[in-house]
Amino acid sequence: MAGEPTLTLYSAQHEQTVDMLIADFEKETGIQVRVHTGEGPEIASQLLEEGKDSPADVYFTENSPELMLLEKKGLLAKVDPATLAEVPRRYSSPKGDWVAVLARENVLAYNPSLIKSDQLPSSLLDLAGPAWKGKVAIAPTDADFLPLVSAVEALKGRDAALQWLKGLKDNAQIFDDEEGVIAAVERGTVAMGIINNYYWDRLNTETGGKIKSQLYHFGHGDVGALVNVSGAGVLKTAPYPQAAQRFLAYLVSERAQRLLAGGKVNFEYPLRPGVAPDPLLKPFDQLEPPALDIGELGDDSDAGKLLQEAGLL
Amino acid sequence: MSLQAAGQRPAIARLFTLLRPTPSPVLLVAASLPVLLVLVPLGVTVVKAFNLGAEEAARLLFRPLVGELLLHTLAIAAAAAAASALIGTAAAWFVERTHLPGRRVWAVLVAVPLAVPAFITSYAWVSLSASLQDFAGALLVVTSAYYPLVYLPVAAALRGMDPAVEETARSLGCSPAASFFRVVLPQLRPALFGCMLLVTLDVLAEFGAFSLLRFRTFTTQIYAEYRTGFNGAGASLLSAVLIFLCLICLLAELKVRGGARYGRLGRGTRRTVARHELGGAKLPVLAGFLLLIALTLGLPLGMILFWLTQHGSAASTPVAPAPLLLLAATANSLGLGLAGAALTTLIALPLGFLATRHRGPLVTFLERAAYLAQGVPGIVIALAIVSLTVHALRPLYQTTGLLLLAYAILFLPLALVSVRSALIQAQPNLEDAGRALGLGRLAVIHRVVLPLAAPGLGAAGAMVFISVVTELTTTLLLAPIGTRTLATQVWADTSTLAFAAAAPFAGLLVLISLASSWLLASFFGRSGLLGTTPSGRL
Repeated sequence: MAGEPTLTLYSAQHEQTVDMLIADFEKETGIQVRVHTGEGPEIASQLLEEGKDSPADVYFTENSPELMLLEKKGLLAKVDPATLAEVPRRYSSPKGDWVAVLARENVLAYNPSLIKSDQLPSSLLDLAGPAWKGKVAIAPTDADFLPLVSAVEALKGRDAALQWLKGLKDNAQIFDDEEGVIAAVERGTVAMGIINNYYWDRLNTETGGKIKSQLYHFGHGDVGALVNVSGAGVLKTAPYPQAAQRFLAYLVSERAQRLLAGGKVNFEYPLRPGVAPDPLLKPFDQLEPPALDIGELGDDSDAGKLLQEAGLL
Repeated sequence: MSLQAAGQRPAIARLFTLLRPTPSPVLLVAASLPVLLVLVPLGVTVVKAFNLGAEEAARLLFRPLVGELLLHTLAIAAAAAAASALIGTAAAWFVERTHLPGRRVWAVLVAVPLAVPAFITSYAWVSLSASLQDFAGALLVVTSAYYPLVYLPVAAALRGMDPAVEETARSLGCSPAASFFRVVLPQLRPALFGCMLLVTLDVLAEFGAFSLLRFRTFTTQIYAEYRTGFNGAGASLLSAVLIFLCLICLLAELKVRGGARYGRLGRGTRRTVARHELGGAKLPVLAGFLLLIALTLGLPLGMILFWLTQHGSAASTPVAPAPLLLLAATANSLGLGLAGAALTTLIALPLGFLATRHRGPLVTFLERAAYLAQGVPGIVIALAIVSLTVHALRPLYQTTGLLLLAYAILFLPLALVSVRSALIQAQPNLEDAGRALGLGRLAVIHRVVLPLAAPGLGAAGAMVFISVVTELTTTLLLAPIGTRTLATQVWADTSTLAFAAAAPFAGLLVLISLASSWLLASFFGRSGLLGTTPSGRL
């Protein structure tokens, strides 16, 4: 057993996705991987608490702010430049502390029997207005909601973000996670819900294509069309840094990116050029996200406080 | 039941006269350890909540969300207790007091849902229709899961009740309904209130069922806070509030249980009770029973079977062969169940020994403190253990041993009840006889006490086993890296709406739970089933 590293992966990615990846990685490299799964912010805070004693080699998560937080606290080692070069540089850490792997679009799911597509709001910020009372569902405790709050704060300022959240608090039906939001829209208890695109794609697959709800893309650079980046980093304290770097290189390799894109499990956009996403997804180059780079989006440190001040958490 | 209790009292009284006044220091230490284990998570939670400082605590406590959660949690607990009381009592009365066709079969079927964990019922309903994700759906699921907690004791109380009083009422002109409300119900009241409080306690602690139903209560919010902050103070504060609610229930339950008791003093043979004819009500009542079983058993099992036959593309992960994962998860569940049962029964033994062989304020304190664990929800225990071990007890962090310790804390009260009654069976005068005949202290335990107490200890272990296998919350938070169980896998798949993927895990889990409950019940009698609630309360 000596010399055979077993990689410890702290993952906030969906379990099915990670199962698929590590089975393939083990087959390709012979390196065993054990996984600890949780929500992104939970695992990031766990890594902060564990500090230098953490058994983790790699942190793989769904949202860039959690990686930015670890980067800011100095917990991440530099990623191999060759790995960083495999995906467009603007999605990864500006300092090169973590690499972008996949991307997702923030969207509005709606139930066509409750609202017509031409009545939908043109901006995410409109949903805080009195016209939308009771018509929208959100999941403020879902890890995917925090970056949206951070994005509104970065683009419009703290006061505007707080006003927006207070408006949402008055208007919205609250769920624990975005799976709950899309389920509520699907069954017609609420007209619209703020989600990341893949919850809808996954429900679509699970229902065998008989889905009732539809997706609406905010587009034209609206903050609601935010693109979230999934990424991975190697811990400075990793017991097996070399194997960890290999895992990161694997994540952005053509083999893994094709597996992720075609698995009918994940429904995120592969960031490696030349790998096409699942046909259910709107083509990546047709998305119109807001002008906000990864550094400006920040580390979500204020998003939780804003949610509490608005009474959502 | 009251007959039994009345019959035992002289024996117990005799036993008390034989109690040794001073327990050995070794026994005291061994009996104190589990109590310490129970008190530590409580202490950690309260200290963490207090460390917040008054201002921050007030800000977190008096935010609108907490009021909302309080309303949600109390409303669902009260509604579930009332619904369970209604259904449980009605079912028990029809089974025990009328000529209901097939009542022996119904008597078993009505109790079986207790062996189906609430989060499995929840999974089944959620996968049937997403429109159940609100108060009505939550009420349906927890009532389905917990009404047998009322049915079993009330049915037992009805069986134990002296029929003479009812007969007198009938002879004085009371209709069946009038005799139920004026004679039977007042006698049932202590048992009924106690059961309703137990249901309330279980609903307060329930996590998995509500989480899958997306119904927000204190437990789901504590978990949500954990997910957004890992070791945050906010979760401790909510935990402290939840513990407070649970302890109120627990104290009320103790008070009710110790209070009014209707007993039959004579030890003579009772006449069999005269059953009522159902007459024209026969068909509606039968339809009611059929509906109850269809909803509480038929639907969950049916949905699992349905999803087993579905091969949605998200049903299994394409590369990782699902059978291997299924095998690993089953092995983990069984292994944890066996180890948890052994450990819990073992640490309950010295305490049970102390409680049945000695008395005094210290003994009373230790025993009552151990029962406190009943009032601390699994999620609170798990979170406290995480915060304690992540820094202070680092070598234990993320180990299987730690998870087993958490199970031991959670299910100590359950094991203690059986261990205690098992040790009462092994009367101390037999030990004295053994000692007088030249056996050493340990030899007496080995050759006299354990053989006599073995069936009861077996029952304790079996109940803990079932509770561990169907446990979700603590396992979710404390399972070592890479360890998945049937329960956590059902939860993970259902949370991502992968219902077909969850089905084999749910099916196996229910199978193990039903089979072991059946074994337990056939070895130790129907009262054994009482212990098999998902959260392991008696």
